[in-house]
Amino acid sequence: MQDFAAAKSEAADYWHFQPGREECSRRHLASLHEADVTLESLIPEKDFNTAGRGSAEVKNLLKRLGVDPEILRRVAVAAYEAEINVAAHSKGGIMTSSIYSDLIHIVFRDKGPGIADIAQAMVPGFSTADDMVRELGFGAGLGLPNIQKNVDALHIHSAAGASTLLEFLIHFDTNHGQ
Amino acid sequence: MYLKDIVNILEGEALIPEANLDVEVPCAFASDLISDILMCTKEPTLLLTGLTNNQVIRLADMIDIVGIIFVRGKRPLDEIIEMARERNLPLICTKLTMYRSSGLLYNAGLRSCKI
Repeated sequence: MQDFAAAKSEAADYWHFQPGREECSRRHLASLHEADVTLESLIPEKDFNTAGRGSAEVKNLLKRLGVDPEILRRVAVAAYEAEINVAAHSKGGIMTSSIYSDLIHIVFRDKGPGIADIAQAMVPGFSTADDMVRELGFGAGLGLPNIQKNVDALHIHSAAGASTLLEFLIHFDTNHGQ
Repeated sequence: MYLKDIVNILEGEALIPEANLDVEVPCAFASDLISDILMCTKEPTLLLTGLTNNQVIRLADMIDIVGIIFVRGKRPLDEIIEMARERNLPLICTKLTMYRSSGLLYNAGLRSCKI
């Protein structure tokens, strides 16, 4: 198992769309629209004092913009889980949130060490978290499934030994197919 | 049920004396796993937990937590209590276990949160 995880793997892409969300999400990702507002937040490695601040900042901004409370909850939960993932599992990274009139696009880029098997990481309950992370109440193996459940479009690009990119879209209309 | 009733039922101690305990609590959830708490809280919810780190308080920035019960005598550090004070988030300590606390509140009519 350890050898398998450490083995070099080819870069892999993982995509997931909620029912009825693929076309509009792909259209957005292919377009070059400039965001109305962009926020950036650094996520230092294993820094659980600051982890979560970026997500809270984004949520508060969307709240001021009058976004529906249920959408706010989904953005906050998905962003927070992703932020904790970067802090817990990577050498640190950056969170970039681009806000448009109809959706939010959040991108997390880290400095590695990458995910060897993304499909395995998506299985609820699978976790590689260390004891320190578990003692804080994380590491249940529900982070990525929880993100997927709350977003309209999810994309992960990674490989063992490389950096990871995780991005998601949440549309501001309330037709989420959860 | 109000938070002040919950303090009585659990023989608890409010950690922030100025916090308003005249707050109605519609439902509750008990867990020590952050992801479970995030996944299951979709309405204003009372949280029972044994976690006392700052991320438990930060959860209240993401989801609608009306108050936190720290079970089995757990007590957060002063800086964590200060974080809750800044957020107007009531904190209550009880010596009872999570199982007993949940059972007492359930019997008193406090329902489980919808998941």
